Amino acid sequence: MTFETGVFYFFSTVLLLSATAVITIRNPVQSALFLVLSFFTASGIWMMLEAEFLAITLVLVYVGAVMVLFLFVVMMLDINLARLREGFWSYLPLGGLIALLLVVEMILVLGSRNFGLDHFSQPVAHGPGYSNTAELGMQLYTTYVYPFELAAVILLVAIVAAITLTMRRRRGTKYQNPGQQIHVDRSTRLRIVKMDVEKSPPVTEAKG
Amino acid sequence: MTSLQELMGSAFLPVWTLVKILVIVVPLILCVAYLTLAERKVIGYMQLRIGPNRVGPLGLFQPFADTLKLLVKEIIIPAGSSRFLFVLAPVLSIAPALVAWAVIPFSPGLVLANVNAGLLFIMAITSMGVYGVIIAGWASNSKYAFLGSLRSAAQIVSYEIAMGFALVGVLMAAGSLNLVDIVNGQKGGILYWYWLPLLPMFIVYFIAAVAETNRAPFDVAEGESEIVAGFHVEYSGMAFAVFFLAEYANMILVSTLAVIMFLGGWAAPFNVVPFTYLPPLFWLVSKVACVLFMFLWLRATFPRYRYDQIMRLGWKVFIPVTLVWLVVIGAIMQTRFGYLVH
Repeated sequence: MTFETGVFYFFSTVLLLSATAVITIRNPVQSALFLVLSFFTASGIWMMLEAEFLAITLVLVYVGAVMVLFLFVVMMLDINLARLREGFWSYLPLGGLIALLLVVEMILVLGSRNFGLDHFSQPVAHGPGYSNTAELGMQLYTTYVYPFELAAVILLVAIVAAITLTMRRRRGTKYQNPGQQIHVDRSTRLRIVKMDVEKSPPVTEAKG
Repeated sequence: MTSLQELMGSAFLPVWTLVKILVIVVPLILCVAYLTLAERKVIGYMQLRIGPNRVGPLGLFQPFADTLKLLVKEIIIPAGSSRFLFVLAPVLSIAPALVAWAVIPFSPGLVLANVNAGLLFIMAITSMGVYGVIIAGWASNSKYAFLGSLRSAAQIVSYEIAMGFALVGVLMAAGSLNLVDIVNGQKGGILYWYWLPLLPMFIVYFIAAVAETNRAPFDVAEGESEIVAGFHVEYSGMAFAVFFLAEYANMILVSTLAVIMFLGGWAAPFNVVPFTYLPPLFWLVSKVACVLFMFLWLRATFPRYRYDQIMRLGWKVFIPVTLVWLVVIGAIMQTRFGYLVH
């Protein structure tokens, strides 16, 4: 066994164990953290496939942004575990059947009959100067430019839709307008009044 | 060197890499220690005090006294906390701050790993630092810590976008994600550094870097006047010190990145004789020191931002500014004035 095979098996073991922990562990926050771990190890495996751009982007997007927001939400949920597990046994037969069906379908499609080693030639090993990023960018912006732009537009529409669906103007919020705030000058806030420092003493006549 | 290589055989490469890592990390930790002293001194002088001056000459041994004090203190683990995550959180915040140094070039040829996607690697690694803060806040089982970690998570995610776009500007100008290539693209003196064509992005990057490191005036995650100490309120002793260490290591990291990407890295500001005699490392270190001084200066000058204003600045000002400037750069590159941004 070479060093690389050892590393691969290590990553795979961690990935499978953490993925299992995501669905078995009780605490939702710990489950989300295991999902982070499985993303990270998956990225390690991609790195070994010399797909460094995809590997780093996986960490950047999923670990660095998506899972942070996810944790943000999960941490604030008040989940009653006893109620969640209510009726587990009555749902088990149907749920198990669907899961089994999914597994069978996946084996039929993704099995070695369609995706076996003999269906794909061994990828060419590249030298250290090879830039995966440049290659990917070239493909995305030349061969696949229309699908790429379409995907971008769809995402933009989704963003706009999400914002318009959730945005509501509430009356009576004490929202400050920063533009107005910085245009405040001295004359609207402060008035300098000239007055004597002390009252003038009552005039008394000198005696004797 | 070669005799050493023969002596150790196949163990040579791991051992040699380990030595190189130590050569980077040990000075870094020393820099962190003295940055804390510099901060107290600089802010002291700005507030007409003299800062720490009791331990050693001019107070120069103060960091060691602090470290010793924190080392002998007890690490208290709160009863209702999630024990494993509570201990893991400081580790998760210091590790990315150290790992990112693997791809930072210090002078021509002086880099641990000269990887092609260096800039992307740094962005990915630094984006993981937020987990230390989030996990610390959650595992402490404390309201203040939790509030601090939520604030920090939202803030870091928001500013990371603006920061990422600023870095996209750099990679457009340099045409490479490799940090060595980025520095080499800025050859020729102060007017050729990327701060000039990318001025809005440089400003956005610097302010976003202050926000990313949770430094004043964006230190709502700690906000000692509002939520005591924020995410690390339950930490004591060395566990607290590790958070501190991570914050300062991150400060040095983002300052070094700002220097490498916008201020010409190790290049001398003028290509004339007295400047070019000095070693490249000197220029890099002195530029980083200047940027770090800006961090301290900001802290001594500005009051803390209000939380909604932080969000407004990040989403409604910085992201549009960087997006517009990306389009401007892209457009200029297509004209015959393209050399201006390269």
